[in-house]
Amino acid sequence: MAKMNLLQAINNALDIAMAKSDKVYSFGEDTGAFGGVFRATSGLTEKYGRHRNFNTPLVEQGILGFANGLASQGSYAVAEIQFGDYIFPAFDQIVNESAKFRYRSGDEFNVGGLTIRTPYGGGIAGGHYHSQSPEAYFAHTPGLKIVMPRNPYMAKGLLLSAIFDKNPVLFMEPKRLYRASVGEVPEEEYTLELGKADVVKEGKDITVLAWGAQVEMAEKAAEMAAKDGIDSEVIDLVSILPWDVDTVAESVRKTGRLVITQEAPITGGFASEVAATIQDECFLYLESPIARVCGLDTPYPLSHEKEYFVDHLKVYEAIKASMTY
Amino acid sequence: MAKDKQHQLDIVTKPQFIDGSALKIPMLQILAEDGTIRKGAEQPEMDKELALKIFDTMQFIRILDERMIAAQRQGRISFYLSSLGEEAASIGSAAALSDDDMIMGQYREQGALAFRGFTVEQFMNQLFSNERDLGKGRQMPVHYGCAELNFMTIASPLATQIPQATGYAYGQKMDKSGNCTICYFGEGAASEGDFHAALNMAAVYKVPAIFFCRNNGYAISTPSQGEQYAGDGIAPRGVAYGMKTIRVDGNDLFAVYKATQMARKLAVEENEPVLIEGMSYRMAGHSTSDDPTGYRTREEEDAWRAKDPVVRFQKWLQNQGWISEDEAQKNYDEKKAAVLAALKSAETVPVPHIDEIIEDVYDTPPKHLKKQLEALKAHIRKYPEAYPKTASRIDGGDK
Repeated sequence: MAKMNLLQAINNALDIAMAKSDKVYSFGEDTGAFGGVFRATSGLTEKYGRHRNFNTPLVEQGILGFANGLASQGSYAVAEIQFGDYIFPAFDQIVNESAKFRYRSGDEFNVGGLTIRTPYGGGIAGGHYHSQSPEAYFAHTPGLKIVMPRNPYMAKGLLLSAIFDKNPVLFMEPKRLYRASVGEVPEEEYTLELGKADVVKEGKDITVLAWGAQVEMAEKAAEMAAKDGIDSEVIDLVSILPWDVDTVAESVRKTGRLVITQEAPITGGFASEVAATIQDECFLYLESPIARVCGLDTPYPLSHEKEYFVDHLKVYEAIKASMTY
Repeated sequence: MAKDKQHQLDIVTKPQFIDGSALKIPMLQILAEDGTIRKGAEQPEMDKELALKIFDTMQFIRILDERMIAAQRQGRISFYLSSLGEEAASIGSAAALSDDDMIMGQYREQGALAFRGFTVEQFMNQLFSNERDLGKGRQMPVHYGCAELNFMTIASPLATQIPQATGYAYGQKMDKSGNCTICYFGEGAASEGDFHAALNMAAVYKVPAIFFCRNNGYAISTPSQGEQYAGDGIAPRGVAYGMKTIRVDGNDLFAVYKATQMARKLAVEENEPVLIEGMSYRMAGHSTSDDPTGYRTREEEDAWRAKDPVVRFQKWLQNQGWISEDEAQKNYDEKKAAVLAALKSAETVPVPHIDEIIEDVYDTPPKHLKKQLEALKAHIRKYPEAYPKTASRIDGGDK
């Protein structure tokens, strides 16, 4: 075991993947010798050469078009989009190409070797364009897998799974935690199952569901609620698509209450999808309405970031409201 | 002249604007419209076997296109895209490649696919979206694909295949495969951002890719000159991206063949990507969904009919004594009979089993998709008359 922050865990996973197969390529804007604006790809060019880890021109649709082609050729293409906020020029390549490549060809061709890495989320004074959590746009797209790790251990195991998974994976990294989240991480290769939620803390009174950086808020809120005698079960959804309905439904059948929290705006967010499915699965078990604690339906603000941010206090209030409904 | 050392530029002391039309790229023509070799031109080496295979493919595609437009009018298939008038561009370029080079097309390159050996039955199975279609009946007619023939499945969104070709070729280069990727697209698609991304990246990475623009004059109804672009077509863009570029008469089989042959050598031996602009004309409508009389004149069409690539190549073959008019007609009739027979046969083949609806979304269907399929099947069993194509064998197990 070694102490790593989230960036180091990601860098370590990339290193292991590139050592394991010389068909793994890592690329994006400034990701070459410089190592990326967050340094996630540091040292990879030195170690594997400038043809394995390299810079791309500044063109997101080109990065994803190139990555789709490279993956369809049988390579493992690990493309970095510098910020999740800048993924939209590549939206067509992801939604119409990556996601449909296998289906539309009748499995004659596929881009299973594709992994898209992108930092997402707020809390870093990034304003509109360095703070968004765009997972819901992609969750509406059959054929993609979407993964959002919460800490270094999860990040490394999930990224290694994502790179070698036989399907295109959108791997969204919580940039607020890049350096803030530090933990014990095995130095050797290991993988964590995609599509499987993780029960972070067991409890019997209420289920609190989050993913990515927001799990931290769920945990803090659960700690506060514990002081009021409320025993919360905290679940990290881990994978947004496909998502682990069974683990969440089983928990809600036990607790009868569900609070879902996400960073993204509430309307059309993934919390809404979870709420709809869980009311269907667990209708007769519910003791209170499923609550969504989410961002406001505004662009991500700068000077009001603290107010906008879905912090532990907002989640805590939702837990209490659900318990006293 | 003084030099700027950092950028390696000449320095001038008076403002100089370069005119937007300063770079005029000429067009290579070898086979004249009358089917003779142009004076001063060198006919590329081509043996009789290859020449006849090319002509054979041209004839076949012409019959297929004509017959399937008729089939669409009769309501037997939903949609069709003809390549009428552009046969030399796709077939002549495919003929200059190795069979294990990757082809990434737009949707008007059925000639290249036929040249590779896609059978008339395979064409028909795709066009009728039946259970023998390699694409499992999932895409509209003409969206062919075949891994065995190294022909990437066609997708409707325009230009998406162009940066993919750059990526595919990068993989070929890294694998030292000795192959290249050819990517076809129209002059309209060259307005898309993906085109620019693709050419720039290909030039930067020096990948073995051939970008073949079929400039056929129209993007549906929008004419190329003045409405799609203001400059000298697509070719100068290749130069701007630092790429070897050539413009050819797209209706001249030899010009297309020779340029592609040289481009392949540059791509594979020197990792030089190449842009080829083939000047041609879309003799048919964009698809069966539009009528060209609404946006162009009969005179314009007639002028291009005189440049017909198939007639032109046939004349050359006859001059060579490699085929006679009678033989050509006999071949034509035989192919037409084969097309009609395959059409009749393919339209009786059932659509894929309903279970296929959830396959290939992922490598294996996840739980939620299996659940959705079961719900759908339960519904179909309840209202079988509403879903006649699948209801009859929903539980038949003959998937």
